[in-house]
Amino acid sequence: MSHTAGLTAVVVVSFLTIAIGTWSLRLARTTSDFFVASRTVRPLLNASAIGGEYLSAASFLGVAGLVLAYGAEMLWYPVGWTAGYLVLMVLVAAPLRRSGAYTLPDFAQARLESRQVRGVTSLLVVGIGWLYLIPQFQGAGLTLRLATGLDARLGGLVVAVVVLASVLAGGMRSVTFAQAFQYWLKLTALLLPAVFLLLVWFGDGSPSPADAAHGALGRDGGWADPLSGHGTGQGGHPLYATYSLIVATFLGTMGLPHVAVRFYTNPDGRAARRTTLVVLGLLGLFYVLPPVYGALGRVYAADLVGAGRSDAVVLELPQRMLGGTGAELLGALLVAGAFAAFLSTSSGLTVAVAGVVSQDLVSRWLPGVTAFRVAAVIAVAFPYALAVLAADVGVATAVGLAFAVAASTFCPLLVLGIWWSRLTDVGAIAGLLVGGALSGAAVLWTFTAGPGDSWGSALLSQPAAWSVPAAFLTMVVVSRLTASRRSAHVTTFMVRLHTPEAVELDRG
Amino acid sequence: MTPEPPPPARVRVTSPHTGSTGVRRTRQQVTTEIDAQTELGAVFLRSLLRAQLRLALGVLALLAVLVGGLPLLFHLAPGLAATRVLGMPLAWCLLGFGVYPVLLALGWAYIRRAERNERTFTEMVRER
Repeated sequence: MSHTAGLTAVVVVSFLTIAIGTWSLRLARTTSDFFVASRTVRPLLNASAIGGEYLSAASFLGVAGLVLAYGAEMLWYPVGWTAGYLVLMVLVAAPLRRSGAYTLPDFAQARLESRQVRGVTSLLVVGIGWLYLIPQFQGAGLTLRLATGLDARLGGLVVAVVVLASVLAGGMRSVTFAQAFQYWLKLTALLLPAVFLLLVWFGDGSPSPADAAHGALGRDGGWADPLSGHGTGQGGHPLYATYSLIVATFLGTMGLPHVAVRFYTNPDGRAARRTTLVVLGLLGLFYVLPPVYGALGRVYAADLVGAGRSDAVVLELPQRMLGGTGAELLGALLVAGAFAAFLSTSSGLTVAVAGVVSQDLVSRWLPGVTAFRVAAVIAVAFPYALAVLAADVGVATAVGLAFAVAASTFCPLLVLGIWWSRLTDVGAIAGLLVGGALSGAAVLWTFTAGPGDSWGSALLSQPAAWSVPAAFLTMVVVSRLTASRRSAHVTTFMVRLHTPEAVELDRG
Repeated sequence: MTPEPPPPARVRVTSPHTGSTGVRRTRQQVTTEIDAQTELGAVFLRSLLRAQLRLALGVLALLAVLVGGLPLLFHLAPGLAATRVLGMPLAWCLLGFGVYPVLLALGWAYIRRAERNERTFTEMVRER
């Protein structure tokens, strides 16, 4: 692809993101009557915003790359990222909205009435946010290098600056409209080229990707086999790796810092559920597309696997299959979509992390707005540095680890906090520490050591299957042992979480 | 569902012109019982909580069987995943797009029942 088209796409998306972030803040104020009046629009608008913030570079680039390289096993990533919202809807959505908490630390403090729990959850929000941001920066560097020829580190820096600018310009998060726009941009950017590419593929006599006989896995590599064991790096234990991935993605979604906040914008608990249903539909619609690129890549761009650049398959396919001006335009559209995917997720995460850092740390020394700005700089600078230093384990793998940590910490906290009135502050802290330490150690191991075939390496690179039960168990056992520390107002809080808003009660 | 009733409880007690005062007084009592955390209020809340939790676990069990059962199925019947449906391996049809309508249907069924549970609770609290 020519660098001019790619550069134009990047500049246009960056400009639009910052512009919508600043302008729609004013627009939203003057037209708030319109949004409030048309309640029928609300779940769709809100759900688009959730989708816009959720679909990251891992979804836009990473899934196709993984499918290209490792095949059917990798389809569990998009399935799990969608099913996570079903689990969230069933266990968390309405009560979390009714709790009135804006962030996860807010929820923890309100439920357990303890500053210490708030401190631990804040640390975890920062940790998970950074773990999620690292692959975003790496993915952005890759996109920019491909689109404009910039060095990947420099590209990452450009992107860090754009994210910081858009967050400081008004905080994209506060503007539902801007995030909703991002979802539809991403969907269009992936859908339109896919239609053209599929037409070319039909024109070529639709050769089956499953029969394409080249690539990293060799002739009989089992690319179409959902239990080949190649993708997770665990040749010997594909069934364990798949189930552990299912646990991490199904249960991790509810614990991501930028997801929980979105539920606050729903008018009530019932709307929170309905919004989540629309999110399920929107994500399902989107996630059908990345595997199409991966499968087409198997036919037309299998050499990318050997070159270790499989994450680039989405961006390279138009050039390889079409050529000419059409390919330029479609390629630019894909670059725009990838860049939007990166910007929206990292802005959301940056705001979530910066909010926690400024509230619980920096605000002790600095006044409000300055504290948030300083915190935002910290929130971006640290993961950028790590992205440059850390080994590139692949966009989707790193995001998968963030899910594992979220599932091992916030999932037990939310589920037990909402459904089990006997949870105590000490029990919660113990469970968070155990889950965080176990999954965190596994993450460190994955980033430093390579994959292997032993059981130990299988257990460490996909920790969720054992770290999540360990965290649940710790919370339950320690809470039982410290029953006297049960929060005094827990019944009032449980009433607030579970009774529909139509019943008039003292909601505290 | 009915829209959120805007008048706060105190206003309703002093406004005499809708419904019978008898119903009004008992409604006031049950919500107060829940607020006051009496044994009776706790029973009401526990019944709602149990119904919602049972529903949630039921949906999760279905999810575990329908979607979570796929890897085990592929493991136990190795030939199945490669069976071609419309030229595509079965595993790809299921994981590529077949799963998403199932998730949507589960979500839809859950919402219907969760809202019905809440309606039942609301009516019970009001009409007792």
